[in-house]
Amino acid sequence: MAERRNGKSRHLKVDVLARVEGEGGMQVRLKDGRVSQVRLNIFEPPRFFEAMLRGRDFTETPDITARICGICPVAYQMSACHAMEMACGTTVDGPLRELRRLLYCGEWIESHALHVFMLHAPDFLGYESAIHMSAEHPEVVKTALRLKHVGNEIMNVLGGRAVHPINVRVGGFYRLPSTEALAALVPQLEWARQACIDSISLLRSFEYPDFEQDYELVALSHPDEYPMNEGRLVSNKGLDINIADYGAHFEEIHLEHSNALHSRLKERGQYFVGPLARFSLNFDQLSPLAQQAAAAAGLDGECRNPFKSILVRTVELVYACDEALRILGECDVSGPANIPVEPRRGVGHGCTEAPRGILYHRYEIDERGDIINAEIVPPTSQNQAQIEEDLRAFVEQYQALGKDELTWKCEQAIRNYDPCISCATHFLKLDIVED
Amino acid sequence: MRAPENVAATPLLIGIGNPDCGDDGAGAEVVRRVAATLPSGFRTLTLSGEATELIDAWTGADRVVVIDAARSGSAPGTVRRFDASSAPLPAGHERRSTHGLGLVEAIELARNLGLLPSRLTVYAVEAAETSIGSGISPAVADAVGRLADELAGPTGPGCT
Repeated sequence: MAERRNGKSRHLKVDVLARVEGEGGMQVRLKDGRVSQVRLNIFEPPRFFEAMLRGRDFTETPDITARICGICPVAYQMSACHAMEMACGTTVDGPLRELRRLLYCGEWIESHALHVFMLHAPDFLGYESAIHMSAEHPEVVKTALRLKHVGNEIMNVLGGRAVHPINVRVGGFYRLPSTEALAALVPQLEWARQACIDSISLLRSFEYPDFEQDYELVALSHPDEYPMNEGRLVSNKGLDINIADYGAHFEEIHLEHSNALHSRLKERGQYFVGPLARFSLNFDQLSPLAQQAAAAAGLDGECRNPFKSILVRTVELVYACDEALRILGECDVSGPANIPVEPRRGVGHGCTEAPRGILYHRYEIDERGDIINAEIVPPTSQNQAQIEEDLRAFVEQYQALGKDELTWKCEQAIRNYDPCISCATHFLKLDIVED
Repeated sequence: MRAPENVAATPLLIGIGNPDCGDDGAGAEVVRRVAATLPSGFRTLTLSGEATELIDAWTGADRVVVIDAARSGSAPGTVRRFDASSAPLPAGHERRSTHGLGLVEAIELARNLGLLPSRLTVYAVEAAETSIGSGISPAVADAVGRLADELAGPTGPGCT
């Protein structure tokens, strides 16, 4: 962390951001009360997954793309499967669709529990890290560990293991779990749901900066459910499109300071994806218990303060537990584990709600199912421009703060998005031009 | 692995790392070799090194041995042994792991929460090459063999 003052110029710098996934830094330059430059530097090396996918078989995408991220592998598997099923003209429905949703609940629980209680809570309680926090707030960390264990158990039962599940395939699953294994999840989820509800009073007592922006919130929206796997892409500023039209409305640009591409809405620029967007655009689809949790958290159905994303994630934790319990109470595992998917030449799109927001995949395959082109747009790259805009606005609003506090708050403003920098850097395109 | 009479009392051997990333797979390879030695006297696990997963794995165990690859500047294949139940790992052993929470953080979190095994030994194997698909380097392969023999041998923790 460093600050230089030259006359009326200030330069805030964090070389390596803590409590985020992957390697990134931040620079903000302030001159005469205005922010002259803000950069979220992403120096995690690019990983070229899209190029790696070319020529591979369409059935390999769930396992290859799951390797992009250890936090949200299910999101990659789900977006990949849906895209390939669309390309092949197949729809997975009924119990298999429900079980996919259950698996996604497990990932939301794992990811949100880690971020809310281990990565974000230390910001509000004034600790450098979860380790420092654990000495004085052991119950917070113990809750996080047990919640994450519950999420892991769902992943183990349905996915075959807790990280990088191996049981997901295009068309469904390789095998279905036993009813006994599923039933064993119920008491754990009942505990988890109550633990999340109980944690709201502590989380609500945190001091939240007065900071709201006029965001364009973008999320999936589905007429029958809180969005996870399917829906139309909508925003609070008029966007309402089929996911197949993603490319007509969104674009990616490369900026010199970042190894991750920046996503923009072609018409209006930066936008915001993730829990705040999902919650604000789909509040009516939350279960009654999750809506009650939102009310207890002081949220009225729309939230534009990114610092309160910790509350929204907790509401989504309640929902994920509640939804998992609903599915467990109704699901039928007596049928086949998958449906046949035959390749055909075509293009498929998948867009699902990763814990951090929409994750878009597009694949073009030939008649044998070999991949001709792959495009993957993870949520953190979509939020990158918005994170920089938040930093710009926040520093201008709070520039009277001292160096340490302002820098600390800026780091927090980045962590509000739970950025996954490793995810964001796999898709820098490398073109070799031969004259 | 022999059937343990008392699960908590049976030493737990955890190998950390990604077997697809060259010497980062040293821990997993030691575990694989020890598990293949019957009776090994251990319960064995291979994990990515994510902190909550580690704490989850060792909670309730009395004696835990963790093997991880390290980059400290020592000669490749150097094996260092730490008694983590009595002191934190030395600075520099932090790994860039999921959201910055790895073995070092797992140990200190568990210490604060009273979830640290009463005996936790960490073996750090100095890595040479950790890029994807590079395979385990000769110096580290030698170290892996020696460490597996030591752990599974008559004076190893699996036989005490």
